[in-house]
Amino acid sequence: MLRDITLGQYYPAAGLLHRLDPRVKIVCTLIYLVSLFLFNNIICYAAATAFLIAVILLSRVPIHFMVKGMKAIVVLLLITVVFNLFLTQGTPLVHFWKLTITEQGLRTAAFMAIRLMYLIIGASVMTLTTTPNALTDGLEELLKPLSKIKVPVHEIAMMMSIALRFIPILMEETDKIMKAQMARGADLESGNIFQRARAMVPILVPLFISAFRRANDLAMAMEARCYHGGDGRTKMKPLSYRCADYTAYAVTAAYLAAVITIGNTVHFHLWIF
Amino acid sequence: MPIEIRNLNYTYGAGTCFEAHALQNISFTIPDGQFLGIIGHTGSGKSTLIQHLNGLVKPSSGDILYNGVSIYSENFSMRELRQNVGLVFQYPEHQLFEESVLKDVCFGPKNQGLSPAECEERAREALLLSGVPQEFYDSSPFELSGGQKRRVAIAGVIAMHPKVLILDEPTAGLDPSGRDEILGQIRDLHQKTGMAVVLVSHSMEDVAEYVERIVVLSDGVLFCEGTPREVFRRYRELENLGLAAPQVTYIMHALRDRGLPVDPDITTMEEATDEICRVMGVEDAS
Repeated sequence: MLRDITLGQYYPAAGLLHRLDPRVKIVCTLIYLVSLFLFNNIICYAAATAFLIAVILLSRVPIHFMVKGMKAIVVLLLITVVFNLFLTQGTPLVHFWKLTITEQGLRTAAFMAIRLMYLIIGASVMTLTTTPNALTDGLEELLKPLSKIKVPVHEIAMMMSIALRFIPILMEETDKIMKAQMARGADLESGNIFQRARAMVPILVPLFISAFRRANDLAMAMEARCYHGGDGRTKMKPLSYRCADYTAYAVTAAYLAAVITIGNTVHFHLWIF
Repeated sequence: MPIEIRNLNYTYGAGTCFEAHALQNISFTIPDGQFLGIIGHTGSGKSTLIQHLNGLVKPSSGDILYNGVSIYSENFSMRELRQNVGLVFQYPEHQLFEESVLKDVCFGPKNQGLSPAECEERAREALLLSGVPQEFYDSSPFELSGGQKRRVAIAGVIAMHPKVLILDEPTAGLDPSGRDEILGQIRDLHQKTGMAVVLVSHSMEDVAEYVERIVVLSDGVLFCEGTPREVFRRYRELENLGLAAPQVTYIMHALRDRGLPVDPDITTMEEATDEICRVMGVEDAS
C-alpha cells in the first residue's frame, strides 16, 4: 500500500539521463523550474512542453510512472485552479450565481495548472533518473564553495543521504507494523478523525522506537568504521564532467535563452476567444 | 476450520521493472489441529505466503478457502478471519507499544470487542501459556529481555484464541535455550488447545523435531510436502535448494555407509538414540 509513492523514487533504466553527472541534472532542473516562471505566453509554454517531452523520452522512464507522482498534488492543483478561476479580476466571460469567470482568470488558472504540473514532472525526472546517493554527492559538490564560510556542507549532505536512505526502510517498517497490528485486530480504516488518530498510536510508538534503534545502530556502525566527518575524506567515484554533461549544459542554456528572448520580444496572444 | 490454498500466485510490482514473482501456483491444505512446518531458504516466499493466510496480502490470482468459503468472496468477514487465524510476524517484539505487558497483550482481545475483565483474563491466560513470569505483568514491555519480549508478543496473538496459529521464524535471533523453550511452549500449546500451528523456519532441526508435516518452498514454488521423514529422505535435492536435512540424518547415513544397519531416514535425536541402541542390541543408555 505504501509502495505506490513515486515522488522522490529512483527508477533504474539505461537512459541517457541516468548517465549524466548529478550536478548537471541538479543545475538544469533548477534552471528549468525557474524558467517556468519567466514567461507568460503560449509559444514559451510550447517550448517548455517540447523540452520536457524530449527529456522524458531521453530518460526512458515510463510516462505513467511520472503521472503517478502527480496524484500527490491533485488537491493542491484543484485548489489553485479554482482560486485563480474565480478570484481574478478582469473582463467577465461567464456569470452564474455569485461567481464570475473572467478571461484573465481562465488564463491564469490554466497557466498555473500547467506550471505546477511541469514543476512536479520536471523534479521527478531528476529524482527518477538519479540515485539518492548520486544526488547528495552532486549537491555536496555544488555547495562546496559555501564551506569556505563555515557552512557544514559535508555534514548536511551526509544527513540528507541518510534521511533519503531511511525513507524506504521506514516505509517497509511501517507496512510491517501496520500488518502486525491488523493481524491483532486493529482497525485503521473506519471511525471518525479522532478514532483514527487514536488507532495510529499502536503504529507510531513501535515506528519511533525502531527509528531510534536504527539511528543508534547506524551511528555505531559509522563510528566503528572510523567516520569522523568530511575532513580529508576521499571518494571512491569522484564526480567528473564528460562530453555529454557539457552538451546538456549547452542545451539547457540554449533553451533558457530562447525562452527569455521569445518572452521579451513576442507580444501576441493566441487566444481563441 | 481447514485452510485450503489453491493455485496461489503473487507478483510484486506488476508492470514495472521491479516485477518479481514471489509465489507461483501454490496449492496445499492446512487441516484442523495439524502442526505444519514451512521451510525454504531466505527469499523463497515463506513470509509472503503466510501473510495471505489471514488476508493481509491480496494474491495476484488464486484463492484461499477458509472452512470451505473463499476469503476473497464479497461477504466474507476479514475481521473474523483475523480472529481465527493468528499471525505472529518475524521479530514480533517490534510491534509492542503499550505501557505495560498486560495492557499490550489485551490489545488483541480488546479489538475483538471483549469486556475489560474478559480481556485481562485472556491476557493472563496467554501470558501463562507463553511462559512470561508473573512479576513482569505490570512492567513496561521495553524493559524486558529480547526473549521475554518475544514471549509477550506471542502471547498477544494467543490471547485472541485463534484456531490456527502461524509463527514466522519465532526463534530468529534467540539463544539455543531460549529457542528450545519457546518451541517447547508452542508444542505444549498445540497439544493443550488442539489449535493448528504453522511454523515457518529455516532450521531443519527445529522443524524435524516439532512438526507433523512439512511444506518446502523454493523460489516461490512449492517444491514438495510430506512428513519430515519423507521430505528429508530427499536431502540431496534439498541441498541443491540451499537447504539440508537435520544433522542427525547425515550421521545415520554415515553410520549406514560404514556398515551399521540403521534406518537412515531418522530425523530427530531421540529416534536416533533408540535406533542405534536397537541395532547395537543394548538397553537405552538413558
